[in-house]
Amino acid sequence: MTARRKGVEVERRVQHKYVPATDAEREEMLRAIGVGSVEALFADIPEAVRLDRPLALPPALSDPELIAQLRALAQVNLDCDRATSFLGAGAYDHYVPSVVWHLAGRGEFLTAYTPYQAELMQGELQACYEYQSMLCELTGMDVANASMYDGASATAEAAVMAKDLTKRPEVLVSTAVHPEYRQVTRTYVAPLGVQVTDVPYRNGVTDLNAVEAALSERTAAVIIQHPNFFGSLEDARALADLAHRAGALLICAIAEPLSLGILKPPGAWGADIVAGEGQPLGNNLNFGGPYLGMLATRMEFVRRIPGRLVGATVDTEGRRGFVLTLQTREQHIRREKASSNICTNEALLALAAAIYMATLGKQGLQRVAELNLRKAAYAKDAIGSIRGFEIAFDAPTFHEFVVRTPLEPDELNRRLLQHNILGGASLGRWYPELRDAWLLCVTEQRTREEIDRLVEVLEGIR
Amino acid sequence: MYPKELRYSTEHEWAKVEGKRVRVGITKFAAEKLTDVVFVDLPQKGVKVGYMQPFGVIESVKAVSDLYSPISGTVVDVNTKLVDAPEVVNTDPYGEGWMILVQPEDSKELDKLMTADQYATMIGESGS
Repeated sequence: MTARRKGVEVERRVQHKYVPATDAEREEMLRAIGVGSVEALFADIPEAVRLDRPLALPPALSDPELIAQLRALAQVNLDCDRATSFLGAGAYDHYVPSVVWHLAGRGEFLTAYTPYQAELMQGELQACYEYQSMLCELTGMDVANASMYDGASATAEAAVMAKDLTKRPEVLVSTAVHPEYRQVTRTYVAPLGVQVTDVPYRNGVTDLNAVEAALSERTAAVIIQHPNFFGSLEDARALADLAHRAGALLICAIAEPLSLGILKPPGAWGADIVAGEGQPLGNNLNFGGPYLGMLATRMEFVRRIPGRLVGATVDTEGRRGFVLTLQTREQHIRREKASSNICTNEALLALAAAIYMATLGKQGLQRVAELNLRKAAYAKDAIGSIRGFEIAFDAPTFHEFVVRTPLEPDELNRRLLQHNILGGASLGRWYPELRDAWLLCVTEQRTREEIDRLVEVLEGIR
Repeated sequence: MYPKELRYSTEHEWAKVEGKRVRVGITKFAAEKLTDVVFVDLPQKGVKVGYMQPFGVIESVKAVSDLYSPISGTVVDVNTKLVDAPEVVNTDPYGEGWMILVQPEDSKELDKLMTADQYATMIGESGS
């Protein structure tokens, strides 16, 4: 008891600048509720699990000391500003123009809450609406939602949509889809009674024959990624045709939306639902999150779309305005029969994506996509001609490609790090048959000098 | 308000025997409670429906509800006009606002439904 009382005394003596209640106010609150002490509030917690001493915290640091300590901790991390990164695999290091976060970082956007009160939140709603509109243009789809958590959960939500739309119990997933997207999809749909069946890849792309053989009247959807996890372009139209012939939907997962600056939009080759990751559009790597889930589909499926949707309308005086729409799909109204249990979106990141797309414009997106394509092609050629290194697959690629390496990829990465180069992803982590395979990514951020430097170091390693 | 020749479910659907088939819709009471109907999601032809199992969804400006089939069987026709004109459910619930036509599996299920008077009593209105 003595020790505990001491704890309370310590707490009282230190006035915390971020806890505004004064001693007098605490006393007043205790009197109001008829409790003798703060201690007494914890009486219901068994003695055995209560801490009988003050928390072992160091004394509070001054602001300058605190900043210095945090900065030192941050220095321990390696980031793409300090190392030359050739790592992608679902998180992409692109240049973010300063205007993006200059605008997105404004307090009006940064602190905005869910826009339930349309009359107070036209700015936020308009931003979401513009993001949705641009995403539709980018993907060639009719309707996009106001965003979801990330590419993996958006893919899973698309699978749920397909199950509800077709009333069929199975989804086929290409193993050339990001392994983590596949894991998350399984986690989401298993409790809903949906079976997830893997379909193999061959020479770096989804095996069309295997898809055809696996399709049946139980198949709700075929899920592919395009460009796929290996960076390869799929025979997307043929896959969509196969799915449609069996009465199934084609879900196209996209980990790199910038590829759409140069590739045909999924809506043009028959995709029914596009799900994917919006991080590459104006968002930083953020140590893996928060990220931006994209989801777009055809108008006929709009009532099964998950999550928030912003629509344009007119007010009583005929002026254009924006509101959350078709909310009867959502959990706060439809309860257990909602199209999804998602009750939020990544509004700020969606805004950044909208500003990024608007800043670049149609030609800018095309130009950035071309830069990615060309720089990656240059690196692919150069690395493919180093003795002992071999390009693993024949299919055309966008800005990622798989290399067979003479050393374990993890060992290669360790050695590259000594040269301040962040190497590629080791595919053996997910694919036992690809233990010597290394997934490299070359974005517009990499200069020719940096690529030449990588090649030089790799030549030296052999 | 509640035609004598129809049978009624506790979920406010009506069933009308037409030869060997049963036509299904929702009652005027339900349509009025829902207010303006903006969307009706109906099954495809050929789908099986179960007695008092959901066969579709109706959505108004105020609420969204499941539609329950007062009879089990196979859907042989669907009122596709409701896709473009869902408001017909409000204006003509017993006529143009019908929803599905069912080939019943067990016509005896109709005996479990209410008469117009029973239905009126259930919703607290006097009969006819």
